[in-house]
Amino acid sequence: MAFREQHEMHKRRFGRNLGVGLLLVGFVALVFGLTVVKVQRGDPMQGFDHVMRPEMVPATPSGAPASPEASQ
Amino acid sequence: MSDIRAYEQTGDAGFGDYVQLLKPRVMSLVVFTALVGLYVAPVSLHPLEAFAAILFIALGAGASGALNMWWDADIDVVMRRTSNRPIPSGRVQPGEALGLGLALSGISVVMLALATNVLAAALLAFTIFFYAVIYSMWLKRSTPQNIVIGGAAGAFPPMIGWVAATGSITIEAVLMFLLIFMWTPPHFWALALFMNSDYEKAGVPMLTVTHGRRVTRNHILVYTVALVPFALATAFTSIGGPVYLAVAVALNAVFLWGAWGIWRRDEEAAQADRYAVEKKFFRFSLLYLFGHFLALLAEMALVPFGLGGW
Repeated sequence: MAFREQHEMHKRRFGRNLGVGLLLVGFVALVFGLTVVKVQRGDPMQGFDHVMRPEMVPATPSGAPASPEASQ
Repeated sequence: MSDIRAYEQTGDAGFGDYVQLLKPRVMSLVVFTALVGLYVAPVSLHPLEAFAAILFIALGAGASGALNMWWDADIDVVMRRTSNRPIPSGRVQPGEALGLGLALSGISVVMLALATNVLAAALLAFTIFFYAVIYSMWLKRSTPQNIVIGGAAGAFPPMIGWVAATGSITIEAVLMFLLIFMWTPPHFWALALFMNSDYEKAGVPMLTVTHGRRVTRNHILVYTVALVPFALATAFTSIGGPVYLAVAVALNAVFLWGAWGIWRRDEEAAQADRYAVEKKFFRFSLLYLFGHFLALLAEMALVPFGLGGW
C-alpha cells in the first residue's frame, strides 16, 4: 500500500523520466554502433590515448620516419 | 498567469508535450525527403550511418520547430488553429521550449558532423538558423512573401541527405531543393484561399490579407509556371530517367491545369462552390511533391534491373 495516493502529476513525471531514460539508452547504443561501423570501415581517425602516432615522429634523412627507439 | 491557472498547471509537462514541440508532422515530411536525397545519391552509406543521418536531420528540424514555437507563442495563442500548442495552452513553459530547441540544435548538428561530414552538418545548422531566425523572427511578421522565403527551410532536407552521402553540393541536390522551394508558395497560398484563418487578428501579413485574393490567385499561377522547368529538369540529371520524366510530365500538367483553374475564377465563383477548385488543387499539391520524390526512388530502385536512369 502506498503511503500517499498517487497524484496524476506523478504519473506524468514517471512517463517523462521513462522517456528520457529510454532516449539516453538509445543514444548510447547509436554512438556505440556508429563507432563500430566507422572503425570497421577504416575511416581516417586516430586514438590519442597514449598511442604512438608515426607522423609525429621526426623524419630521418632517408625520408622514412625514425623508429621510436632510435629517437630516444 | 493567474493563481488558478498556476494551480491547474503543475509545471510538469508530459513527454508527449515535448514531442509536440518538435512538430512531428513536419518531421515526418523531413524524414521522407531527406531519405530520398540520401538514397538516390551515388555514394551509399552504411545503413547505420544512413539511419543516424536521417535521425539527426529530423532532430534538427524538430529543434527549429521548438524554437519557432518559443518565438511565436504570442501569435499562436491568438489563432484558433494553434492555440492548443504546448506553450499557448500552458503545458510547457516558454523557457523549456527555448532550452530544448537550443540543446537539440547543438546535438543534431554535432552528431550529423560525426556520423557523416561537416558540410552536411553546416547545412543543417544553416537550415535551423534560417527557419528560427530569418523566417520566424524576421520575415514571417514583416513581409507577405514570408511563405516564399520560409519555404527554403523546408527545401533543405533532401539536399542535406544528398550531401551527407556524397559530401558535395551538385546540380541534383540543387534541383531537389528548388522543387520544394518553388512548390511551397502555390501550396500554401491555395490553403490560405480557402482556410478562413485568423492571421489578420494575429498580425501576420499573409498575401491574402495584405494584397487580396485576386493577387494571390495571380501569384499561384506565376509560381506554378516557374516551378515546372525545375521539376522537369531533374529528369535529365544523373538521378532522373524515363520513369521520372513520365511521372513529372503528368503531375506538372495536372498541377498547371489546377493553377490555371484557380487563376481564371473570381471570389464569387469560388464561394458558390465553396472553394472546390482550390481545395482540389491543395490536395493535389501534396500528391505532386510526394509523386516526384517517389519517382526518384523508383529510378534508383530500378537500376539493378537495368531499367533506372537513361
